[in-house]
Amino acid sequence: MDLTFSEQETSFRDELRDWLAENPPVPRPVEGGEDAQLAWRRDWQRRLYEGGWAAPHWPVEYGGRGATPTESAIYFEEIGRARVPMAANILGLLLGGPTLMAWGTPEQKERYLEPILSAEEIWCQGFSEPDAGSDLASLKTRAVKRGEEWVVSGQKVWTSAAQHAKWCMLVARTDVDAEKHKGLTYFLMDMEQDAVQVRPLRQITGEAEFNELFIEEATIPDANVVGGAGNGWKVALTTLMNERAGLGFALQIRLRQLLDDLIAIAAERGLMADPLHADSLAELHVRCESIRLLAWKGLTDVERYGQPGPEGSLVKWLWSETNQRLTQLAVDIVGPEAMTGGTSWSYELRRARGNTIEGGTTEVLKNIVAERVLGLPRLKAAA
Amino acid sequence: MDFGLTDDQRDIKRTARELLGERSRPERVRELAETGRTDEALWRELSDLGWPGIAVAEEHGGLGLGCLELTILCEELGRALAAVPFLPTTMAAGLIELAGSPRQRERWLPGFARGELTGALAAAEDGGAELVIGGADADVIVLVYEDRTARALTPAECELVPIASIDPTRSAARVSASLDAGEELADDVAGGVDRALVAISSELVGVCDRALELTLAYVKERRQFGVPVGSFQAVSHRCAQMLLDTEKARANTAFAAWAADADPERLAEAAAMAKAAASDAGREVTASAIQAHGGIGFTWEADVHWLYKRAQLDAALLGSAARQRARVATILTERAARLAVPQLQ
Repeated sequence: MDLTFSEQETSFRDELRDWLAENPPVPRPVEGGEDAQLAWRRDWQRRLYEGGWAAPHWPVEYGGRGATPTESAIYFEEIGRARVPMAANILGLLLGGPTLMAWGTPEQKERYLEPILSAEEIWCQGFSEPDAGSDLASLKTRAVKRGEEWVVSGQKVWTSAAQHAKWCMLVARTDVDAEKHKGLTYFLMDMEQDAVQVRPLRQITGEAEFNELFIEEATIPDANVVGGAGNGWKVALTTLMNERAGLGFALQIRLRQLLDDLIAIAAERGLMADPLHADSLAELHVRCESIRLLAWKGLTDVERYGQPGPEGSLVKWLWSETNQRLTQLAVDIVGPEAMTGGTSWSYELRRARGNTIEGGTTEVLKNIVAERVLGLPRLKAAA
Repeated sequence: MDFGLTDDQRDIKRTARELLGERSRPERVRELAETGRTDEALWRELSDLGWPGIAVAEEHGGLGLGCLELTILCEELGRALAAVPFLPTTMAAGLIELAGSPRQRERWLPGFARGELTGALAAAEDGGAELVIGGADADVIVLVYEDRTARALTPAECELVPIASIDPTRSAARVSASLDAGEELADDVAGGVDRALVAISSELVGVCDRALELTLAYVKERRQFGVPVGSFQAVSHRCAQMLLDTEKARANTAFAAWAADADPERLAEAAAMAKAAASDAGREVTASAIQAHGGIGFTWEADVHWLYKRAQLDAALLGSAARQRARVATILTERAARLAVPQLQ
């Protein structure tokens, strides 16, 4: 056991810190609405790209640094710590790129990877549907082959960044007679066609991070199938496995910063002398440290043994509940300000409410832990 | 960053698991608990193997290994509910090693390392401690006070009344003495207490691990409504929570053991966090184990209650989860005050 970083890892962190210090993002635009926000995030990713820091976890041949999993985790910790904007094409960097590297043809890699990295083209993920959430493989969007192209119709939901995206990682049913996991195919769908309509979904924070996609006979060339027809479930799993791999470390640091802010406020107001608040904040600190330790333990298990321990499925569960607890406690400590629209604490409170739902509900995570980690029998669901 | 054990540490763990799997079977633990005896044969065997001296310095006759190796044994002994005074003896030895004078270390440590002396360690107030685990047959009792002073006493130097705690796999006693009885241990008492907290935490991790193991076996086997009860989410989600609590305690305990050996500046905070997480986990996980066993879990015949009882005593030992969180809060408050002071450029 050695809970320190190697010299190489430390110099990786130092190099990134220096770069971030020398290349601060321009301030967030206060005017210009969503377009201005997007332009700001695009500009930031462009600068990361030019500095060679857009996706250090990508192999060198594709424009990354070939960072180890530990270095990649350090990268996301530092990105979180620096409070820089989220890269405009985060889904392409985290999900699209690695999926193409695993399953794409040489032509697809040549065509798509570079514009992902530079944020020239933005990606979104068309997986969930109104009737296929946790049970993703039951999705109904249909794709039918006509000559050299596929014609797609259906509906997708919870699609982040769809309003800005050029490409959608789309999973559709291509064989209705096959078993539910086997009749699926993974496509890259061009979002710039009239057959694809994007409608923003306003969430309880008032903003619209997600969208609904209405797809009516959209066309996709056969060359945009990823991993072969009928192989969509396996390709989709590659995407899903990458979903929280890196971002978890950024979220963990965000949580840490929020807790430090809250402790500072409590200390300033003399509330650390109140045993109830002190106990709650100390419990949050223990949870926060547990998340950090479990995340690193999971990562080092992968590096050492080639497979994750039980930690992987536990980290997101614990993080989401802890973030909700923290933002809820903030209402007690900060007071009315945390319930007043436009304040950051009121935003954090409302945004955290979604944490136990997005990216796998806590209930589904518990099922995964019970079945795959503990080996408990699965209750037979209705067919 | 590497949370893995070295080959040597893995060997210690495997050897301990195998040996205790043979010697400390559930029926053996039950027999000893029901007659209120410690396992003298096992204690002799462990002593011959050098276990009680695993973390005692070589110059005092120990094996000179670290806190990490000690926690491996504590965890395995906790898993097996072994009826031996290992935890109280190593806690007392650890404190004397850090806080004792050279003469005090020379007087007691070689005996502890060989298992010829047994010890006990407890938090005391006004010269007394109500529940001293291992106290009834200890040769040396270390009392630690709130102000982080400590005294070592022999049974002759105090009044010692054996009591029946709810955990009959270990002896217990009420101890009282005058405030100047025995010898003061004047050096690093706080460090010794923190190492003891780590040892208790690792025993709790072992107890949790075993409670989950027994529970999983039971809910996979037990059928109601035509299916194993472990297929019901009300049961399986409780089991998932048991795993989360156990892994949280394990990660914090590993960090604290590592800090004790490699980064002592971080030990105070790490030990308090580990004991907080492990005390909560110990109570919750063993209670859940009884709950998931249903009616049978509440009977004397099932084995889970021994784990529940061990966890109750360990969770309270040297300060409950709430007490540890109060320590953590103090550390956080001090840190916040330091950060609030404007830094000179």
